[in-house]
Amino acid sequence: MNVLRVGDDALLVEVASGDEAEALRAELLRRRAEGSLAAREIVPAARTVLLDGLTDPAGVARELTAAEVPAAPPRTGDVVEIPVRYDGPDLADVAAHWGVAEREVARIHAGTEFRVAFCGFAPGFGYLTGLPARYDVPRRAAPRTAVPAGSVALAGPYTGVYPRSSPGGWQLIGTTEAVLWDHTRVPAALLSPGTRVRFVPRGHRGDP
Amino acid sequence: MTDRALAVVRAGALTTVQDRGRPGHAHVGVPRSGALDAPAAALVNRLVGNPPGAAVLETTLTGCALRPRCPVTVAVGGAPCRVTVDGRPVPWGAPVDVPAGALLDVGAAEAGVRAYVGVSGGVLVEPVLGSRSTDLLSGLGPPPLADGTVLPLGRPGEPPARVDVAPQPAPAAELVLRVTPGPRADWFTPEALRVFTTLPYRVSSASNRIGLRLDGPALPRSRTGELPSEGMVLGAVQVPPEGGPVVFLADHPTTGGYPVIGVVRAADLPAAAQAAPGTPVRFTAVRRR
Repeated sequence: MNVLRVGDDALLVEVASGDEAEALRAELLRRRAEGSLAAREIVPAARTVLLDGLTDPAGVARELTAAEVPAAPPRTGDVVEIPVRYDGPDLADVAAHWGVAEREVARIHAGTEFRVAFCGFAPGFGYLTGLPARYDVPRRAAPRTAVPAGSVALAGPYTGVYPRSSPGGWQLIGTTEAVLWDHTRVPAALLSPGTRVRFVPRGHRGDP
Repeated sequence: MTDRALAVVRAGALTTVQDRGRPGHAHVGVPRSGALDAPAAALVNRLVGNPPGAAVLETTLTGCALRPRCPVTVAVGGAPCRVTVDGRPVPWGAPVDVPAGALLDVGAAEAGVRAYVGVSGGVLVEPVLGSRSTDLLSGLGPPPLADGTVLPLGRPGEPPARVDVAPQPAPAAELVLRVTPGPRADWFTPEALRVFTTLPYRVSSASNRIGLRLDGPALPRSRTGELPSEGMVLGAVQVPPEGGPVVFLADHPTTGGYPVIGVVRAADLPAAAQAAPGTPVRFTAVRRR
C-alpha cells in the first residue's frame, strides 16, 4: 500500500477504491482492538484511511508499505433501516439524470443496500455508497443556503442524510424522521463507517 | 449567594467554554475542539488548583466580565491583559481570590488574541462526548457565552498554587511555524514549495477557531483536478484554489478535499492561536521527528 507521512504522528494510507478503504479500515480497527496498533483516530475517506495519534508512525508506515490490502471482510452486522418519504424538490432532476420516472428513483434507491463509506461535513453525516456508477449525479449548480434536517440527498456516487439544517449542494430526493445525531444517545451517530443501510419507502410526492 | 455559579456580565467578542476537547470521534465527523492555546489553559487550571482537564473560558481579543455567585479563585493567562476585581487591578497570570458578587473584568488583549480564565472548581456545563468544549464548526458543546449566561461551577479541589506570577511566553512579533512537507506537497509546483517556506505571509482577520487564515503569495498547483475527500489532522496547511493557505486549528473539519502542502508542528500551534491579524508568518521546513 502507498503510505504518506502526515506531520509527526499521522499516516495517510492510499488505496485504489472505496471497497479497499473499507477493508483496510476494518483490519486496522481489528488490530487496534487486539492491542497491536496504537492509534487515536482511524478515519476512512473516499480512497484513503488516515491514522492519527500514532505512537510509532515510522514502524506502522514500514509495515503497511510492505503489506497487501487486506481481504474485504464479510458484510455482517445489523442493517440500519431509514424510513424515507420520497418527496424531495430535486426528485424530477434526479429522475431526468437517471432517465427514469420519478417513482423509479424511489424504487431503485430503496432497493439498494448501502454502506457508510466515511463520515464528515457534520457530526453524523455519512457518505453512503451502493448505487451503481450509472446513477452518479452532479451537485446542484447553485447550493441551497439551508437544507432541512432529515433531507435524503445524492451527490456524485454518494447518498447522505443531513443530520441538521445546513447549507448544501446535494440533490434532495426525500425526507426522513430518523435522528441521525443525538449526543445524549450511545452511540450518538446513527451511521458510522461500515454501517449497512437500507432506505424504506414511506410514501412518495403526490401520495395522500 | 452560595450558589456555585458564574454570571456573565460582558461576554466580549467571542468567549467559549474549553477543555482538552473530544479527540477520538473524527471517524463520525466530530472535530477534536478544545482550548487553542492548550498550555495557557493548563496553566490557569494549575494556578487555581484544578485538574488539567477542567473547563476554562477562552476569550477573543476583547476579554469578558464575570460575576461569581460564590467566592472563587481565578487566574487569567494566555494573552496578556489588564485584570480588575471591582475596578481594582489584580495580577495577570496568578491566582486571585474573587469574593461572591464581585465583578471580575478581563480586559482586551494587549498582545496576542485569546485569554484563558480558570475558575476554581472548573466550569461544569454538561459534557458532550466527554468534553465541555464549544465546537464552532459543528455546534457541539455549549453555545458561546452571551451577556447574562450563568455557568455552573464545580467543587474546588486542591488549594491553589502558591505563585506570584507564572512565566508565560509573550506573543511573538513574527510567527515562525515549523512545517513538515506533505502529504500532498506533490500537488504543488517546486516553485510553490519554495515560496511557501521562504516568503512571508500575514495572519488574516478571517482567522477563527477552525483555522489560521493567511494572506500572502499564491501557491500554484502542479496538477489540475480534484482530490477525493481525505482525513485531516490538526496543524494541516490546506490550500484552497482561491485565497491563501489555512492552518487547521482545533475546530477543523475531519475530512477535506483541498490538498495539504504541509503540517505544522503541534508545539507551534499555541503560538499560532495567539497570532493577531496582521502578524507576519513564516513557514520553515523541518525534518520529521
